[in-house]
Amino acid sequence: MGGLHDSRDRLARACKGLIVVLLALSLASCSGGVLDPLGPVGADDAAILIDATVIMLAIIIPTILLAFWMMWRYRASNPKGEYLPYWSYSGRIEAVVWSIPILTIMFIGGVIWIGSYKLDPFKPLPSKNPPLEVQVVSLDWKWLFIYPEEGIATVNQLVIPAGTPVHFSITSASVFNVFFVPRLGSMIYAMPGMVSQLSLQADRPAVMFGQSSHFSGDGFSDMQFQVQSVPDAEFTAWVRTAKGGGRPLDRAAYAQLARQSQNVKPYTYASVDPQLFHAVATQQIPPAPGPEPENPSHAGREVSTGGHD
Amino acid sequence: MSDMGLPASVEAIRRVREDPHRLGYRAHGAGEDVEGTGHGTSGPATKRIIVGYGFWIFLLSDIVMFSCFFAAFAVQRGATAGGPSIAQIVDVRRVAFETAALLLSSYTCMLSFAATNKRNLLWTQVFLFVTGLLGLIFVLLELQEFIELAGKGITPQRSGMLTSFFGLVGLHGLHVTLGGVWLATMMAQIQIKGFRREIVHRLICFNLFWHALDIVWIGIFTIVYLMGSGA
Amino acid sequence: MFGKLDWSAIPISQPIPLITSLVVILVVLGVLGLVTAKGWWPYLWREWITTVDHKRIGIMYCLLGVVMLIRGFADAIMMRTQQALAVGGAQGYLPPEHYNQIFSAHGTIMIFFGAMPLVIGFMNFLVPLQLGVRDVAFPTFNSVSFWLTASGALLVNVSLFLGEFARTGWLPYPPLSEAAYSPGVGVDYYLWAVQISGVGTLVTGINFVTTVLKVRCPGMSYLRMPMFTWTAFASSLIIVAVFPILTATLAMLTLDRYVGWHFFTNTAGGNPMMFMNLIWAWGHPEVYILVLPAFGIFSEIFSTFSGKPLFGYRSMVAATLFICIVSMMVWLHHFFTMGAGPAVNTFFGIASSVIAVGTGVKIYNWIFTMYGGRVRLAVPMLWSMGFIFTFIIGGLTGVLLAVPPADFLVHNSMFLVAHFHNVIVGGVVFALFAGLEFWFPKAFGFRLHEGWGKAAFWLAFFGFWVTFAPLYIVGLMGMTRRLQHVIVPAWAPWLYISAVGVAILALGVISQVVQLVVSIRDREKLRDVTGDPWDGRSLEWATPSPPPFFNYAVLPNVAGEEPYWGIKLRAVETQQLAPEPQYEPIEMPVNSPVGFYTAFFASVFGFAMIWYIWWLAILALVAAYAGFAWFAWRDVHEFEVPVEEVAQADRARRAAREAALARLSEQGALP
Repeated sequence: MGGLHDSRDRLARACKGLIVVLLALSLASCSGGVLDPLGPVGADDAAILIDATVIMLAIIIPTILLAFWMMWRYRASNPKGEYLPYWSYSGRIEAVVWSIPILTIMFIGGVIWIGSYKLDPFKPLPSKNPPLEVQVVSLDWKWLFIYPEEGIATVNQLVIPAGTPVHFSITSASVFNVFFVPRLGSMIYAMPGMVSQLSLQADRPAVMFGQSSHFSGDGFSDMQFQVQSVPDAEFTAWVRTAKGGGRPLDRAAYAQLARQSQNVKPYTYASVDPQLFHAVATQQIPPAPGPEPENPSHAGREVSTGGHD
Repeated sequence: MSDMGLPASVEAIRRVREDPHRLGYRAHGAGEDVEGTGHGTSGPATKRIIVGYGFWIFLLSDIVMFSCFFAAFAVQRGATAGGPSIAQIVDVRRVAFETAALLLSSYTCMLSFAATNKRNLLWTQVFLFVTGLLGLIFVLLELQEFIELAGKGITPQRSGMLTSFFGLVGLHGLHVTLGGVWLATMMAQIQIKGFRREIVHRLICFNLFWHALDIVWIGIFTIVYLMGSGA
Repeated sequence: MFGKLDWSAIPISQPIPLITSLVVILVVLGVLGLVTAKGWWPYLWREWITTVDHKRIGIMYCLLGVVMLIRGFADAIMMRTQQALAVGGAQGYLPPEHYNQIFSAHGTIMIFFGAMPLVIGFMNFLVPLQLGVRDVAFPTFNSVSFWLTASGALLVNVSLFLGEFARTGWLPYPPLSEAAYSPGVGVDYYLWAVQISGVGTLVTGINFVTTVLKVRCPGMSYLRMPMFTWTAFASSLIIVAVFPILTATLAMLTLDRYVGWHFFTNTAGGNPMMFMNLIWAWGHPEVYILVLPAFGIFSEIFSTFSGKPLFGYRSMVAATLFICIVSMMVWLHHFFTMGAGPAVNTFFGIASSVIAVGTGVKIYNWIFTMYGGRVRLAVPMLWSMGFIFTFIIGGLTGVLLAVPPADFLVHNSMFLVAHFHNVIVGGVVFALFAGLEFWFPKAFGFRLHEGWGKAAFWLAFFGFWVTFAPLYIVGLMGMTRRLQHVIVPAWAPWLYISAVGVAILALGVISQVVQLVVSIRDREKLRDVTGDPWDGRSLEWATPSPPPFFNYAVLPNVAGEEPYWGIKLRAVETQQLAPEPQYEPIEMPVNSPVGFYTAFFASVFGFAMIWYIWWLAILALVAAYAGFAWFAWRDVHEFEVPVEEVAQADRARRAAREAALARLSEQGALP
């Protein structure tokens, strides 16, 4: 008896421990992701996500409870449940059963309509500060950020001033990617031959990550980039440092950059060809090349540049 | 000549209305069920209706496939990539001949089926042969068009517009060619086996197929060639 | 001479595919050797390979689906463990070149060669029985459909040891899938495997639409058909409407890759966005092809195990057709983030939410089916309650994803992965296991062991949630899908939990297999003597288990909904079966090798095209056509089943039923 008590005790304690750990983990996981927004776009997106969830939970939790209650009450071993072997229609219940989803969806439809217009990625953000322009080119397998007004560029590193809206013009030099900074909000496709637009803003200084949210090949997992929002003064200082940095991003350097490479560490270019983004977006510069393996590939199996067979 | 002294056309209408094998014979749900139509509660349909119905469903699915290629053409119509535009490649005169050949082949196909209904082997084969010949003329004219274009360097590899043009027109031409192969097989079968029940069913299917190709061609020459030449 | 193919296509330098290939080849050779040693080939050829019997074709589909489900699950185990191991700076044990093939193969196999064959297998087995007829509209084409699907599955598996598989994901988006960025044979394996099996599926769709509309027993009007048949019909309508889109789109990509055309390329006027639209115009209805019959299975189970008719039958029919139609109007929700603009996004977002209306109605109707019932918590009912819980939550996340601004945060993330597994596993897979329990006795004549069935359910249920709940969380933390290694350390604990969940699921799979083995071993104890082990309500339960190859000695004449229930009631009230009918000889279609033959040459053709062996491709095409023409030349299409055989089978059935009736009247009559 004592042994059984002990093991039950231990099981109860283990369960409690597990619940505590899971709760702690869940709370910890609320930060750093899309539910921990740093700016107005992310905040609006997250608010809609949470509101829609709550609305639907209000319907769904009672439905699940009803289902299990119904099953339990009318289980064959329960004499209390009245057996109505031919009851299979009720107009009133049908009316309710069709209305609940219809009303819920009408509400969600309203959220969709208003939300889609308000959070259209192409819409500029209202602000008293003029927006910072950043041009984004997705390559295999890194991100190129061009600051046209500052005349610098970076690879896999995005530095933006806090409190200022940033207007992104996004294209791809090769395959589809998706530009996404989870803590800043909405993502949008990066497509070759086209320019997508996105306006985001970080309200306060922070370090976060961005990534590609559309699988693009062997080096895809390394397409994360560091995003820093910094105070204005620090941003100006950073630009100045980058300008003194050295490497120019001319057509030749770009051609080198466009070739496939994986796991690229961040660095900056001190100057940028002002027509470069336009040339890439309109495909005056042809799309980046595909795999260029050093060794001849084995029959039928492709090898990415810098990768293995 | 007609029964009961009624005009032939009225007779024909009456016979069509009362033919239990005509699909859509009864308004849905109305009236009593005629055995063998598969309608309502009358039990399974006859083999002839099942085969014809199933083939219609197949044709609808084939039209969906064509509509994807139409959609691609609509999307890529202007994607000329610095190459020739649609107006510069369509040859309406040749298309007129192609259309005439194909439409005429549909007519002869129908004539061959009328002969089949009368179980007349000779005229069935004659009209099937003419149908095949006209279909062959169509395909040869189309091949001539493609070869001429290719000779000028106008190939599907040149631009998105040309890809979708060759894709749509080529898909239709491929269907006509495969239909021709089917036609030849049918002619051989009829000659050797005669008008057996399942062979007549297959002829029904072939007729439906050939007429459907005609309908698709009308879509193609309108949307691609006529509208293209006007652009 | 052999195109691109040479000895280096064998993955000598890559241990995992090499060992897997060796194991698979050994198993296959072992099975073939066993069959040869036991002399089973004539039997297999006569009774299974050339069969046109819908029941046997259905069983073969299900067998193919189960085997491929296990293969896809093996891929899943590798994916979850790789992500759990490759956190921080670690690279795990699967380099990107392999990992990318594994997740692509996982999705492709699960959808095309796991779920689809299983669902189609159920449709095959049940629909003619439920309609009270002897076979589908085109039995020989049915065989062709199955073998073409098997051909596709074969090609995917050949990629294990010759060449490689696609590395693009289960839908090969351009420009990545174009020749410029994927020059290997991987995408070609995918294209030909899916294209060939897609033709088979389209023919199935045509077959079942025609069967439901034109081949029903006397008295069976539309509104007397059982719910599973309605959903199978709706699913077949969708197949006919959208599989041609898949055929066209894959053909376009094939032309781009093989002859340098520009449908979807990066340059010269190609339009990759067009691929997204076309493929999802197929892809979204595809999941409804899977889920509608799943709903049908649950309708049958809820009513049977509550001992009541389904609540709101006509509503259910309306909801089914509503879902069928609206499912073809929502495809853009798979790429809200492609930037179509608020007007377009709003339309598709609202349309996607509207589907929830049809689904919600179904769920409430199932709940009210239980009201006033006597709910028996047998294994199929456990799966059904598990489905209610799991699928509703999956539906919630789906409507959430249908809201564009919310989707802008979680598109293509692990949240999305958790959502679609939630609805596919919770909806389709649970339904398949429930249906397996439910109809296995009908197909094989003995029930499945209940204890192992319950174990399999609980392990699957908990395994599912432990695997996928953490993925919701990690998706909200920003993790995108298809990552070969994970850089953010905060995601690690959830990935570990998920890997544990996969282990629980694996135990569930093992339990399912053990259940099968134990049931076969104990089949005499579990024998289904009457043909109606669950007190069923639709016509398939009127037949013996397993049914004779001609299904019904005399086609039933149906008078109302739930026709078999009416027959049973009358038998109990009058204490006797209906009088013995007038037996007549029956015409049944003859078996035919054309399906196997066509698929054999389709496989050769596909393989030849993949490796650029043009002479072989042409030869295979010609041979396939020759086979078809040869088949068309046959003189004998049907054979006659003599009256004595019909009478004998039916009298045995009646004897079993009379014995059951006597037992029932001793125990007290049914309501």
